[in-house]
Amino acid sequence: MTSQTSTEYETYYVPDKSKLAVCATIGLMLSIFGAASIMNDMTFGDPEAATSSWSIFWIGLFFFAATLFNWFRIAIKENIEGLNSAQLKKSYVLGMFWFIFSEVMFFFAFFGALFYVRNLAGPWLASEGEGGRMNYLLWEGFEYTWPMLQTPQEAIGGVANQITANNGTYQSAETTMAFGDAAAWYKWLPLWNTIILLSSSFTVHIAHMGLLDGNKKKFNLWLGLTVLLGIIFVFVQAYEYYEAYAHFGLTLNSGIYGSTFFMLTGFHGFHVLMGMTMLLIQWLRSVRGGHFTADDHFGFEASSWYWHFVDVVWVFLFLFVYIL
Amino acid sequence: MCFEAKRLAKLALGPVLMLLSMVSAGVMAAGEKVNEVNMAPGVTAVGQNIFDLHMTIFWICVIIGLLVFGVMFYSIIYHRKSRGVTPATFHESTKVEIAWTVVPFLILIGMAVPATSTLLEIYDVEDAEMDILITGYQWKWKYEYLSDDGENVSFFSNLRTPQSEIYNSEDKGQHYLLEVDEPLVIPVDTKVRFLVTANDVIHAWWVPELAVKRDAIPGFINETWTLAEEEGIYRGQCAELCGKDHGFMPVVVNVVSQGEYDEWLSGKKAEAAEIKELMAQTFTMDELMERGKAVYDRNCLACHGANGEGGVGTAIAASAIATGDLAGHLDVGINGVAGTAMQAFGGQINDVEMAAVITYQRNAFGNNMGDMVQPIDVFNHKKG
Amino acid sequence: MGDHHHGPAKGLSRWLFTTNHKDIGTMYLWFSFAMFIMGGAFAMVIRAELFQPGMQLVDPAFFNQMTTLHGLVMVFGAIMPSFVGLANWMIPMMIGAPDMALPRMNNWSFWILPPAFLLLASSLFMEGGAPAFGWTFYAPLSTTYAPPSVTYFIFSVHVLGLSSIMGSINIIATVMNMRAPGMTYMKMPLFVWTWLITAFLLVAVMPVLAGAVTMMLMDIHFGTSFFSAAGGGDPVLFQHIFWFFGHPEVYIIILPAFGVVSQIIPAFSRKPLFGYDSMVYATASIAFLSFIVWAHHMYTVGMPIAGELFFMYATMLIAVPTGVKVFNWITTMWRGAMTFETPMLFCIGFLVLFTIGGFTGLMLSIAPADFQYHDSYFVVAHFHYVMVAGAVFSMTAAVYYWLPKWCGRMYNETMGKTHFWISFIGFNVTFFPQHFVGLAGMPRRIPDYALQFADFNMMSSIGAFIYGASQILFLYNVIATIVAGKPVSDEKVWDGAEGLEWTVATPAPYHTFETPPTLDAKPAHA
Ligand code: HEA
Ligand code: HEA
Ligand code: HEC
Ligand code: CUA
Ligand SMILES: [Cu+2]
Repeated sequence: MTSQTSTEYETYYVPDKSKLAVCATIGLMLSIFGAASIMNDMTFGDPEAATSSWSIFWIGLFFFAATLFNWFRIAIKENIEGLNSAQLKKSYVLGMFWFIFSEVMFFFAFFGALFYVRNLAGPWLASEGEGGRMNYLLWEGFEYTWPMLQTPQEAIGGVANQITANNGTYQSAETTMAFGDAAAWYKWLPLWNTIILLSSSFTVHIAHMGLLDGNKKKFNLWLGLTVLLGIIFVFVQAYEYYEAYAHFGLTLNSGIYGSTFFMLTGFHGFHVLMGMTMLLIQWLRSVRGGHFTADDHFGFEASSWYWHFVDVVWVFLFLFVYIL
Repeated sequence: MCFEAKRLAKLALGPVLMLLSMVSAGVMAAGEKVNEVNMAPGVTAVGQNIFDLHMTIFWICVIIGLLVFGVMFYSIIYHRKSRGVTPATFHESTKVEIAWTVVPFLILIGMAVPATSTLLEIYDVEDAEMDILITGYQWKWKYEYLSDDGENVSFFSNLRTPQSEIYNSEDKGQHYLLEVDEPLVIPVDTKVRFLVTANDVIHAWWVPELAVKRDAIPGFINETWTLAEEEGIYRGQCAELCGKDHGFMPVVVNVVSQGEYDEWLSGKKAEAAEIKELMAQTFTMDELMERGKAVYDRNCLACHGANGEGGVGTAIAASAIATGDLAGHLDVGINGVAGTAMQAFGGQINDVEMAAVITYQRNAFGNNMGDMVQPIDVFNHKKG
Repeated sequence: MGDHHHGPAKGLSRWLFTTNHKDIGTMYLWFSFAMFIMGGAFAMVIRAELFQPGMQLVDPAFFNQMTTLHGLVMVFGAIMPSFVGLANWMIPMMIGAPDMALPRMNNWSFWILPPAFLLLASSLFMEGGAPAFGWTFYAPLSTTYAPPSVTYFIFSVHVLGLSSIMGSINIIATVMNMRAPGMTYMKMPLFVWTWLITAFLLVAVMPVLAGAVTMMLMDIHFGTSFFSAAGGGDPVLFQHIFWFFGHPEVYIIILPAFGVVSQIIPAFSRKPLFGYDSMVYATASIAFLSFIVWAHHMYTVGMPIAGELFFMYATMLIAVPTGVKVFNWITTMWRGAMTFETPMLFCIGFLVLFTIGGFTGLMLSIAPADFQYHDSYFVVAHFHYVMVAGAVFSMTAAVYYWLPKWCGRMYNETMGKTHFWISFIGFNVTFFPQHFVGLAGMPRRIPDYALQFADFNMMSSIGAFIYGASQILFLYNVIATIVAGKPVSDEKVWDGAEGLEWTVATPAPYHTFETPPTLDAKPAHA
């Protein structure tokens, strides 16, 4: 059917052997071993006792980060040297796409947990609905609301009154993060954060348009602005966490409301940080290294996809964590 | 070559015949009372329905299996190269594909119908004549007969098989691992509703002959029910991995006539009243030690060892707490140690038992504190 | 870079630093075999303790650690990596690609596996012992009531997930992007198809597993209450998340096995695979259905009746596409000209035993009946029929089938056939009686059992030792072949085999298809 001679065919660049993978493995394993040991010291051991867990963790993490840095450096160099055929570039595109898909599924687990506790487990605990008719025998007086400002444990008067074993104590939050005072809407940080993050998606898009037009100046400017917006977002979020802990009584210990709130926004925040770092590196590459042309800028494009993804996750967060 | 292939075909028949004979052995034995090879139809209508469902699906699968493997073995025997056949070349047919999509689908619908109705029956917990709250603990069951007057009868049900049988130093009894100190007692021909929950981890309450298996989930109550139509003793086991002694928390249900049940219940109530009286009593050291040993062997031994040497739990012999401040010791016994296997026994054993076992721990295994705990001390400690 | 016409480097650095799909495939295969031995050793401890009633060899806590590690090591260490190894070796050769799409990442996917399992296995020596909460690690047994080693377990699961995700992304990119010109999707060998779909499943569910263990980590160390009712969470939430991963996981295990069988049966029937298109659609349907049936593992947790019914119907449906596959294989054999070399024997073994396992699966899917089957040895019997006789048998068939291509030497056929028969008999003696004890009421994950289960358990243990021992024969045969097997040089080792991998030299050169092959009009699977 199709017959193609080898001359028509661009060779697919298969890199020669490389130490990157093994180095990355060493760094990764050290850092997670360190991290696990730190947590075990905290929970199962004596938190004061001197251990080497932190050192192992930092050494591993540094080594890991350095290896990844080098890895990307080499990949970029290969591209500049012209080793990457169009087909290879498509492999990178596919790789990034499916990586983002896997991230979507990671968030899906946490959103799934949120929906489950809000729509099923919570009502059952309060003896509402099909699954929990008799549950008042265990949590007498617990009434389900969302955000859950009183845990079942507190509703019955604390650990001592619990029929089930004491597996930890949960203090309720005093205030919710939800939209409260209509008059003071401008003080509601999540709204500002939404605006900031949404506009950053626009700025990064404008930067992309600039690049496609070959207008590097426009590109650098708008990309820089995007990074800036990202930084602001992270600061606002950090301030909000501070508020939550200091004034709202909302902590990781605040029952399921605190658990889902911090895990969802926390992982999102972590992804914002990652996306921001990616964009920052692209900005540096462009400003300092003069990288990217109108038809070759996948490094940037991948980072911007990631940024849009982070943005979309926020929209869902805003909707399901803050508003509804 | 041809010879070898034939020999192989014969060899292949061996295992197939073995499988078939095992299956038929299983089916033939289905009718007997103590079952070693098949599901027990049990003594409830639901159980009978499940059993029928099980056998129906089993036979459908056997028939489909015989057809499919029949075609395959025919092919293996006749369409082999050594017979000099030339291979056909056909490789698709939309018609047959549709046929073998639709036919299994129809068979499945045939199975789904009785399955659905049986399931609806299992879920119908209404109109029960009595409620029993079943709580799973590591590693025992607690039964509480809920009554309107608030005077609930409740007790724990522990494995009765001695360690010596488990560790092979004695011959195993007939009901090895399936015997408890106090079985659940329910009346025959009565719809009993079980409210199943757990104290620590997930357990599952399973009695095959009552056709009940329901997970016991800490913090949630699951409802299920049974209606036993025959008196007798029915045995089951915890069916959800719940830690070290998951294999050692049997369920025994004694189904008795209504009369016997009433008698048993009033006996239980009298017992409770008696304990109330005992609570006010002061015991001598010997009495406490004697009672204490019994409580220890039943409740603590599994973790703390027959000689207080420890195991899952810390050693009691020469332990700092058991040879230290009395209040501290009581506290561990009553409230447990959060986050460890040491549970709060305050709600599991009564004050007399608690007083006895604490006294025992302080004066056995070489501990020689000489002090005593009276039920009233436990009571006061609980009040704070 | 550059010069690809040299062979592999010498020494250890060849393996550590390699980017070659064949080297990486080889490492995966050997690693998974090592894990198979380790998981098998754990199983031998289980079976030895269960040989007789009473506690003999190990204490109950250690027994639970054995059960847990056996399940984890077999699923994540033996089966999954073995098929990834096979994918690495075969997919580029089957679609005419020079290598995997992202070779360096490929190497990384492999190399994080051994340390992750080292970490997991080392938990055996940690204070409080190894994880003892079953391979399904239900909360709160795996959170509040877990030994400290659970933290290392959690991180090791994270790493396994990372490895699988990267490996799958690589496979997807390779299949979507690196097919030789003319190799359209509907011409790809079925093994490639099944792996493409498997990789998609992996990318979709491994992150969910990562989410589940992350929640555990937070509950254990940071005071959250995902799985604690006292704080408004629910232990059953864990099960939903776990099985949302776990059910697709079992198809991740079996789909590549389906692919292997779809390659081998036509080869030894000397007849094209029957119903290629419907095979592809059936695989896709199974994958789709696998996302909406997870709660069939949780019929007894007390779900509302509507959920119960939905999951029952959806689960039953899976029998339809799986049936299509079975019927297609048998029709492929029909009026072929069959021979019965070792790979074919293992495929026939697969066909019979997997179907039996599928039937018991269908019985389990009937919710009311599952109230009696659940967490009994009937379930253990079911999943060993599909996983050992399904996945392990087909993997074994694959090794016998492609080994000559890999190393240019022929294995010893008599020994191979002996291996098959001992395995087949040993397997059935081990796991068939487990149906009986399960139905008669023996729960799973128990170190000791009531007396009425004694006979069949003893039988099962004897079978397990036989089956285990037969693997020594396999190991010996493979090594002997590599070292001193009879050389073969035909490109086409099996006269009925079809596909691009049989057009390259034997043994397969270090680099194949640096320029894409030319495909003729004949579909690759024909
Ligand atoms: C390779 C892995 C694999 C595969 C392929 C399957 C296949 C199937 N499994 Fe299995 N399963 C497991 C691995 C697997 N399973 C594991 C590991 C567990 C236990 C996990 C744990 O708890 O530890 C488990 C447990 C498990 C349960 C839970 C049991 C319990 O804990 O109570 C259920 C319940 O529905 C189930 C059902 C099914 C079904 C319906 C299929 C179907 O896909 C089978 C379909 C195949 C056929 C039906 C045969 C061929 C078809 C025909 C010849 C067509 C005609 C047939 C008819 C119309 C009847 N499985
Ligand atoms: C694909 C996965 C896979 C595979 C291949 C196997 C293979 C085997 N499994 Fe297992 N099994 C599981 C997956 C698997 N299993 C899972 C997921 C569970 C559930 C865990 C849980 O409950 O959490 C389980 C649980 C399980 C149980 C129930 C435990 C319990 O509930 O307490 C038992 C009991 O018999 C068992 C037995 C065996 C045996 C005998 C083999 C044999 O096939 C193994 C044969 C292999 C070898 C023996 C090693 C290689 C050979 C040698 C090294 C030669 C030397 C050996 C000798 C001389 C004997 N397995
Ligand atoms: C399920 C297992 C288990 C059972 C049953 C059990 N214990 Fe314990 N026990 C433990 C564990 C574990 C510890 C260690 C707790 C810790 O880490 O501080 C412990 C510790 C103790 C201690 C403190 C010992 C010391 O010096 O640290 C006392 C006293 C005690 N238990 C009393 C009892 C009594 C009384 C009973 C029975 C009525 C009992 N235990 C039953 C597991 C158990
Ligand atoms: Cu309780 Cu298992
Ligand atoms: Cu499943």
